[in-house]
Amino acid sequence: MSWISDKKIQRLRQAAEVPDMTGTHYRLLERVAHGGMGVVWLALDEKLDRRVALKVLDVAGEEEARILAKLEHPGIVPVHDTGRLADGRAFYAMKYIEGDRLDRHVSGITGVPERLRIVLRICEAVAFAHARGVMHRDLKPENIMVGPFGEVLVMDWGVAEVAGTPGYMAPESTRDARADVYSLGAIIRFLVDGRQLDRPLRAIVEKATAEDPAARYKDVQALAADIAAYLDGLPVAAHPETWMDSVARFLQRHRLAVILVVAYAVVRLLIHIFFGA
Amino acid sequence: MKKVAYAVILGAILGALDGFSAAYEFGFGTKVLTLAGLSSIKSLVVGLAVGITAVYVRNKGVIIAVGTILALVFAYLVAAQPDPDTGEKYYAHIMGTGGLVGLIVGYATAKYGEKTGTVGA
Repeated sequence: MSWISDKKIQRLRQAAEVPDMTGTHYRLLERVAHGGMGVVWLALDEKLDRRVALKVLDVAGEEEARILAKLEHPGIVPVHDTGRLADGRAFYAMKYIEGDRLDRHVSGITGVPERLRIVLRICEAVAFAHARGVMHRDLKPENIMVGPFGEVLVMDWGVAEVAGTPGYMAPESTRDARADVYSLGAIIRFLVDGRQLDRPLRAIVEKATAEDPAARYKDVQALAADIAAYLDGLPVAAHPETWMDSVARFLQRHRLAVILVVAYAVVRLLIHIFFGA
Repeated sequence: MKKVAYAVILGAILGALDGFSAAYEFGFGTKVLTLAGLSSIKSLVVGLAVGITAVYVRNKGVIIAVGTILALVFAYLVAAQPDPDTGEKYYAHIMGTGGLVGLIVGYATAKYGEKTGTVGA
């Protein structure tokens, strides 16, 4: 009696999982990731001689490609082509992004403002999709790519009916734009994790990730506006200021200008003391 | 606001205020008005130079240095003129704060003024 080793079984299983691309002009190069509703492969488009990200769906539907095709935005991975495999499964080819996933990319970014600027770019793409009636529903750092030139792209829009990812998924069962706001808040929390946050930024995160959807930002634009205001040293909607907060923020924002004015007053006083008439 | 106009206006205003602050020493009078006028013109010229520099140079340090050095030079030229009443020269009074005004104009122009000729996105 002969035994097949685990390694061989594993290899056979992998071979069986490789989609049969006969009849298409794509050649699979390597498996990249398992996204929502399918597997993403790095493939070669033999017709145009370029590398593409090819997603083979677990189901026959082409809805995901149709959703993506509606979203032409610099922050959303564009779809080049769609098709169907011999076994009936649908696939679509996207631009292949040679970059880092956000969860890996952030290790090279130390400053909170730089990290928040990435969130702003994500917000732009998500707000664009919302304006076209498309919700993401599975926003998380693993679904954000940062390209070699700093471009930020939101991926994996095909989980409209899938449950999402614990930790980033809103607690409510109805998943509208505020569910994506929750996920964006969770992404901010991930990006600033372990850092000392000031009250306005903490308030932004808390408002975005409020358990009650009604207590969250009403849409992604409102969240983005608050992040932009925070980055500009302006008051944020999530954190009503006392007059002391306003003074502290003013001094913080115009620190050098305040130092210069105080220096002028001190010099004037010293001149009066030592050289006064 | 264009950088040059911003720097000129700021220089003129801060220069005048700096001149008026001499009232702290001398009390209000013709002497202080003259000082305020001279100081305003001096800082206006410094502002013009700072503004033009800021149009061509992005480096904040260079813009601030130009403001400070030019203000000190002009302040020296003003301070070198003796007081017509007493014959005294007020180097510390004029150069001390005059240099700081140049520094403030340089800093504010580098930070807050918009660049000439840029098109809004």
